Amino acid sequence: MHTAVSLLAGAPAQLLPARSLMAFTLASHIVLVPFGVALPLITLIMHGHGLRRNDPTALLLARRWSAVMAVQFAIGVVTGTVLSFEFGLLWPGMMGRWGDVFGIGFGVEAWAFFLEAVLIAIYLYGWRRLPSRTHFLLALPLPAAALLGAFGILAANSWMNTPRGFSLDPAGHPVDVKIWKAIFTPMFGPEYWHFVVAMLVTAGYVTAGVYAVGWLRGRRDRYHRLGFTIPFTLAAVFTPVQLVLGDSIARQVFHKQPVKFAAMEIVWRTDTHVPEYLFGRMHPDGSISGGIKIPQLDSVLAGFRPDTRVTGLTSVPAADRPTATQATLIHWTFDIMVGIGSVLVVLALWYALVWLRRRGLPASPWFFRCAAVAGPASVVAVECGWITTEVGRQPWIVYQNMRVAEAVTSTRSTSLWIMFGLVVVVYLVVFGSFLAVLLKMRTRWRPADGTKGQGLPPAEGPERETPEKETPETDTPYGPRSAGSRP
Amino acid sequence: MIAGVIAVVLLLAVAAYACAGGTDYGAGFWDLVAGGAERGERPRRLIDHAMAPVWEVNNVWLIFVLVIMWTGFPVFFQRAFTAMWLPLALAAVGIVLRGAGFALRKPARRPARRRLYGAMFALSSLLTPFFLGAAVGGVASGRVTAATTASADAWANPTSILFGLLAIATTALLGAVFLAADARRFAAPELDGYFRRRALAALVVVAILAVVTLFVTHGDAPHIWHGLTHGVGLVFVVVSALATLATAWLLIRPSGAWSRVTAAGVVASAVLGWGTAQRPYLIPTSLTVAEGAGAPTTLRWLGLVTLVALVLIVPAVALLYWLDTRGELEGLTDADLRRQGAGDEG
Repeated sequence: MHTAVSLLAGAPAQLLPARSLMAFTLASHIVLVPFGVALPLITLIMHGHGLRRNDPTALLLARRWSAVMAVQFAIGVVTGTVLSFEFGLLWPGMMGRWGDVFGIGFGVEAWAFFLEAVLIAIYLYGWRRLPSRTHFLLALPLPAAALLGAFGILAANSWMNTPRGFSLDPAGHPVDVKIWKAIFTPMFGPEYWHFVVAMLVTAGYVTAGVYAVGWLRGRRDRYHRLGFTIPFTLAAVFTPVQLVLGDSIARQVFHKQPVKFAAMEIVWRTDTHVPEYLFGRMHPDGSISGGIKIPQLDSVLAGFRPDTRVTGLTSVPAADRPTATQATLIHWTFDIMVGIGSVLVVLALWYALVWLRRRGLPASPWFFRCAAVAGPASVVAVECGWITTEVGRQPWIVYQNMRVAEAVTSTRSTSLWIMFGLVVVVYLVVFGSFLAVLLKMRTRWRPADGTKGQGLPPAEGPERETPEKETPETDTPYGPRSAGSRP
Repeated sequence: MIAGVIAVVLLLAVAAYACAGGTDYGAGFWDLVAGGAERGERPRRLIDHAMAPVWEVNNVWLIFVLVIMWTGFPVFFQRAFTAMWLPLALAAVGIVLRGAGFALRKPARRPARRRLYGAMFALSSLLTPFFLGAAVGGVASGRVTAATTASADAWANPTSILFGLLAIATTALLGAVFLAADARRFAAPELDGYFRRRALAALVVVAILAVVTLFVTHGDAPHIWHGLTHGVGLVFVVVSALATLATAWLLIRPSGAWSRVTAAGVVASAVLGWGTAQRPYLIPTSLTVAEGAGAPTTLRWLGLVTLVALVLIVPAVALLYWLDTRGELEGLTDADLRRQGAGDEG
């Protein structure tokens, strides 16, 4: 399977703004994805725990997470809608030629997402009036719907990396589409499991991190212990799993997309006994400066033997591979992701050992400091992994079949730059407000909890000097019945 | 054959989005014109309260429309998004501002912030349907061709502008009709009258704009004019007109339980009328359904996926709307999110 047109020199002027816009909107959206995919599951575990043990603290936590989910899911919906528009606004060339080959995954995703939106609406708004058992049971399909949605998206993304399920007619148009092959492409399995577990781990660490901070500030009540333990345990269990999955996907990339692997590991020339570089920088002539060089290791990691032959970047013409700068970038993001993952495994082991020995949380404040940082760190790892997979695909939008430059819209680059600026401003406002609302929720909830906390300072903490003037809503504005009057 | 089936699915999805999403945009429209903070307080609270559980679902239809477009009719998707670049880009920005504004307004407490988010939500509720309507108008009047680039005349033309205005008016109609029913449901009878009056006004505007649009298409979009005045297209136009009359009749009396059905009927049959008038074209006179269709295998699978999904989605959506109309769905309040009673600590 080889390329049709080669647009070597003179990339169209729209390319840079289009890629910047796509990268910016995706980078923003992907921050919300872990919570869209995994927060319902974590909340349901907490909810189920609360129902089984008849534990009001667990139910309170589940209700509060629902309130956060309501805002987060809404912003995820709109930023996700923008991405579907951008397929047409930025990459009409790809959709026009390949839409019917790889679009079916999106078809699955659209319906799964529809189901998720319905179920999540029932869950979020069912707390007050629905019988508690019905409410919980109606939400149980939520994680499955989320997994199905991720299935669709990952099918499309892995198809772009290892396109299959079609043959080309003489004019270069895809014919003879085989849907099954187009969905289950070689990279699909590794990408899917790596992604799903990453979402689970990230959502778990971020959620637990909130309570780790509270713990460090002396709020060591049952509420914080529970809010920390359930998500952290879930994340910690899956962290070693992720290490194995990550190792396996890297090896899959080595086999299925050797040039991408070469960029990830900055390998210039095809060779055996290839050294592994930790960080370091690749120059356009293939030389490498900086970084820590470990002899033989790259070959060993790729094929378990020092004499494994690793394909280098120079195995394909310069126009068909990532540039040296791109290679350096994804080498760094790859190393950062692996580094974060490895540290998180150590953290998970620490937690497991203390749990096995004492059946309790570690006492060391350093553990909670690390746990608090684990959330943001795993978000960084998600971003890094995404950059690695997308930039590593360059210059192809459909690997070895269509260049990004062939797919880009013909709209003038000025319009695209203006749109980019507008979108950046809008997203800054939206995400800034989102964060402000989350912090506001926290400060609103905290004084309500403050009266009974063990290690709590008296009510004149610095953050409590500006009490809210507004009276809290105690009931919905309309409605024949008030809360709790259900017969 | 299968291409025709998928085209019908696409049209039905557009009609569903016009009704569900339209109601949603309409609520935003009435939020915008509800007046100052004090005068508009009660209608705004009703809007917030009535929309909150269902707005995301209402808007997911759009994602489905886009997916069917690019999977089933990739060339159509490519051309529409290339030629209608600006209105569609602005609609996308509007969708972000609207959704975020609505979602953030609810938890915000400070009046200034609520106003800001409210304005974001309401203003973009006006602009988004206009731009989507304008894009549809460009398609209907055949201005989208393989050679069209993102220039203003593709969407700044009589048909597009009228389609845009018509989109705003129909959302206002749907919004007011549904809010009137919600007002009864939430036992706020004075808002029932308030929204019924507005629904009637919107209905009049819709009727006038529809007639004007019909005559403009005569010169500006002859294929559509022909389709709307003959055969199945004409049937839908007549149904739409009858539904308009029925809606007006129902809105005059206080217990207009069926007004929602007839109002949705007005919009749905108008959309279906436009769709059938375009036959056999996706884009009149330059791209037929058969020419624009993707690979037959894909279309068959898309049909299958849709079928399977319908089995899953229809009961879920029905349950959601049923629960919502029975008042079983309510947002969590601050009281639910506070710790109650002793014995909560470990």
